[in-house]
Amino acid sequence: METPAQVLSMHPRKFLLWLFIVSIVMIFASLTSAYVVKQSEGAWLIFDLPQAFIYSSIVVLLSSATMQWAYWAAKKDNLSQIKIAVGVTLALSLVFLIVQYLGWGQLVDQQVFFVGNPAGSFIYVLTGLHAFHLAAGIVFLIIVLISTLRFKVHSKSMTQIEMCTTFWHFLSGLWIYLYLFLLLNN
Amino acid sequence: MSTTAVHTNEHIGHDDAHDHEHHELNFVEKYIFSTDHKTIAKQFLITGIIWALIGGGLSIIFRLQLGFPDMNLEWLRPILGKWITSTGQIDSEFYLALVTMHGTIMVFFVLTAGLSGTFSNFLIPLQIGARDMASGFLNMLSYWFFFVSGVVMFISFFIETGPASAGWTVYPPLSALPTAMQGSGLGMTLWLVAMVFFIVSSLLGGINYVTTVINLRTQGMSFFRLPLTIWAFFLTAVIGILSFPVLFSAALLLVFDRSFGTSFYLSDIYIGGEALPNVGGSPILYQHLFWFLGHPEVYIVILPALGITSEVIATNSRKPIFGYKAMILSLLGITILSFVVWAHHMFVSGLSPFLGSIFMFLTLIIAVPSAVKAFNYLTTLWRGNIIFTPAMLFSIGLVSFFISGGLTGIFLGNSAVDINLHDTYFVVAHFHLVMGSASFFGMMAGIYHWFPKMFGRMMNDKLGYIHFWLTFVGVYLVFFPLHYIGMAGFPRRYYSFTNFDAFQDFTDLNTFVSVAAIITFSAQFIFLFNFFYNIFRGRKAPANPWGSNTLEWTTPRVPGHGNWEGDIPKVYRWPYDYSKPGAPEDFIPQHIPLTETPESNLPHEVEQLKEEGIEVKAANAGKS
Repeated sequence: METPAQVLSMHPRKFLLWLFIVSIVMIFASLTSAYVVKQSEGAWLIFDLPQAFIYSSIVVLLSSATMQWAYWAAKKDNLSQIKIAVGVTLALSLVFLIVQYLGWGQLVDQQVFFVGNPAGSFIYVLTGLHAFHLAAGIVFLIIVLISTLRFKVHSKSMTQIEMCTTFWHFLSGLWIYLYLFLLLNN
Repeated sequence: MSTTAVHTNEHIGHDDAHDHEHHELNFVEKYIFSTDHKTIAKQFLITGIIWALIGGGLSIIFRLQLGFPDMNLEWLRPILGKWITSTGQIDSEFYLALVTMHGTIMVFFVLTAGLSGTFSNFLIPLQIGARDMASGFLNMLSYWFFFVSGVVMFISFFIETGPASAGWTVYPPLSALPTAMQGSGLGMTLWLVAMVFFIVSSLLGGINYVTTVINLRTQGMSFFRLPLTIWAFFLTAVIGILSFPVLFSAALLLVFDRSFGTSFYLSDIYIGGEALPNVGGSPILYQHLFWFLGHPEVYIVILPALGITSEVIATNSRKPIFGYKAMILSLLGITILSFVVWAHHMFVSGLSPFLGSIFMFLTLIIAVPSAVKAFNYLTTLWRGNIIFTPAMLFSIGLVSFFISGGLTGIFLGNSAVDINLHDTYFVVAHFHLVMGSASFFGMMAGIYHWFPKMFGRMMNDKLGYIHFWLTFVGVYLVFFPLHYIGMAGFPRRYYSFTNFDAFQDFTDLNTFVSVAAIITFSAQFIFLFNFFYNIFRGRKAPANPWGSNTLEWTTPRVPGHGNWEGDIPKVYRWPYDYSKPGAPEDFIPQHIPLTETPESNLPHEVEQLKEEGIEVKAANAGKS
C-alpha cells in the first residue's frame, strides 16, 4: 500500500495568533486609509504631534528588546533572567501607556480635542485603539510572568513565550508604523 | 413503534458512552457550552433557522403593506402593538425598521452565521480528517458571541423607539443623529452593539476555520485533494478575516459620532434651521469603509453555497466535478476581486467618473470567474447519471438563480445603467436572486444532503420535493416581477406608492408579488416539519446514503467526540472519483488506496505508484 504524504502544518495556536494579528492589521489599515481619504478632502486641522510620542516610541522599542531578551533567556533555560526580562517588559509597557496618556494631555494643551475636527479625533482613536490592544498584550505578559514564576517556561516549553514575543513585537511595530504614518501625513 | 424508539435511544446512548469513557459530559457541557464542532454547527443551524423565520416574517409584514396598501391590519395588533396605527395601517417609521431588520437579519444572522457557521463547523473537520477544530474553546466562544449579538438585536424590537431603521447599510448622517428619526435612537445603538458582538463571533470562527484547514488535514489530504466545499469555506473565512475588521472600524467611528460627539461622518448639518457643531467630517467616508466589508460580505454569503453545490452536483451526477482546478481558481479569483469592487455601490455618491469606470471594469471582470463556475456546474450535469435528491434539486435551483440573478449584475455593474437603476427594485430583484435566494438554496441543499450525518436519520424526500418546487417557483414569482417594478422607477424602502400617479399601473403586480411571497414563506413550514420531525423520528440513515466519496461518510452513523473511533483515515485520491472507468462501483471514496483499485487506476496514477516503487504488480494488472 502506498503511503500518503504528510501535510505541511505548523503549531495551530501560533497560527491562530498570526491570523489574529492579520485582523488587527486590517483594523488599522482601514483606519489609516480612512485618515488619508478624509485628509485629502480638506477641512483638515494642522497641529504639532506631541513630543511624548517620540519618548513612547523609544520605550516601546526598548520593551521589544527586553521581550526578545526574555525569549532568548527561556531558550537557554536561564530561569532567573526570564523573570527579570518579562518583569522589565511589563514595567516598560506600563511606562508606555503613561507616556501615551501624557501625549493626550499635550494634545489637549494645544486645543486639540477628541471631539472636534476629525484630524484630532483620528489621533485619539488610533492611539487609543493601539493602547487597547497593548493592554491585551499586557494581560498576555502577566500570564507569561505567572507561568515563569511556576517554572513552566523553559527551552522545552516555549510556545507561550514565543507567542507572547511575536505579539509584543507586532504591537511595537504597529506603534512605530502609526507614529511614522502620523508624522509623514502631518 | 415504541420498541424501535427505545432501541434507538439505547443505541445512541451506547455510542456516547463509548466515546466518553474517560470523562462523562453533563448536559450543559454536551449541548450548551459544547466545544464539539458538530454540536456547535447544530447550534448555529437551529439559531439560523429561528432567525430566518423572524427575518422572513418581517418581509411578509412589509409585503402586506406594499401589496395591499389599504388592508386593515388591525389583526396584527397583538404582535405589533402600537406599530399599528389607529387606522389599522403599519406605522410608516416602523416600516423602515422592518426593511432594515429584514436585511440585517438575513445577511448577517442567517446567510453568514447560519450558513458558514453551520457548514464550516460541521464539514471542515469531518472532510479534512480532523478530530475537531484547532481551538474548540474559541469555536464555542464564536457561537456564544453570535448568540449574545442575536439577543441584543432581538431586544431592540421591544424598545419604545423601535429597532434601527436606516437600512441595513446604516448610512450616516441618518444613522448618526439620534434626532433624525425614531429608529436612530436606542435602536441604532443596540444595532451597533449587536454588530460588534457579531464581528467578534465571525472573526473567532473564521480564524479557527483557516487554521484548521491549513494545519489539521489528515495524511495525504493535500490542497488539491480537498473537496470544493472546503476550498469554499476556507476562502470565505479568509474574506471574513480581511473584511470584518473594516466593518469594525466603520462601526467604531459611527459609535464615536453618535455617542461622543466626534465628526468623522458629520459636517454642515442643520436641524430646524440650527447648525450642528459637527464640522469637517464626511458621510462618504462611511460608505467607503462600509462597502469595503459590504461587498466582500456578499461573497461570504454566496461562496459556501457554491462550495456545497459543487459537492452535491458532482455526487448526484455520479461524475467528477468538471474543471476541479478551474473551480478553485475561480473561487480564488472571486476572493481577490471581491476586495477591489466596493465603489460600484457608490456610483451615485459623487464618486469621480474616472474612478467609477475603473470600479466598473473590475466589477465586470467578476463575471468571468462566476461564468466559469456556472459553466462547470452545467458541464458536470451534462450526460451525468443524475439522481434527483432534494439536495440535488436545490443545488440546480441555485445554479438557476446564480445565472438569472448574475445576468442583471452585468447591467448594474455598468455605472451608466446603475445611475438610473440605483436604489430601485431592480437592485432588490438582482441581489435577492443572485445572493439571497441562491445562497438560501445552497443552505437548503446542504441541510438535505448532510442531515443524515448531522442527526443520523433521513429526511422525507417527498416533502423535500414539495418544498423545493413551491420555493423554487415561488422565488421566481416574487423576484422576477420586481425587475419590471424597478425599471418602472420604484425606489427601494418607500412605505407607500399610492400617492404617485405614475405607479398606479403596478398596483396589481405588487399584490401578485405579495401573494407569491406569502405562499413561498408558508412553504417553508413544510421544511420545518420535515426537519424537526425527522431529527427524532426519521428513518435511520445508512452509512453512506448518497454514495459519496468524502471522508465524513467513513465516520460512525452518529459520530461521537473525536469523529472517528479508531485512527483517522488517510487520503489516497481526490474526492471526485465518480463513475471511474473500470471500477466495480460508481464511486471510490478518498480513503481507498490506489493499490486496492488496480482495475481503475489511470496511467498517471500507475506512474505515481511506480515512482514510489511499490506494488508494481498491481499496477501492471491495471495496465492490462
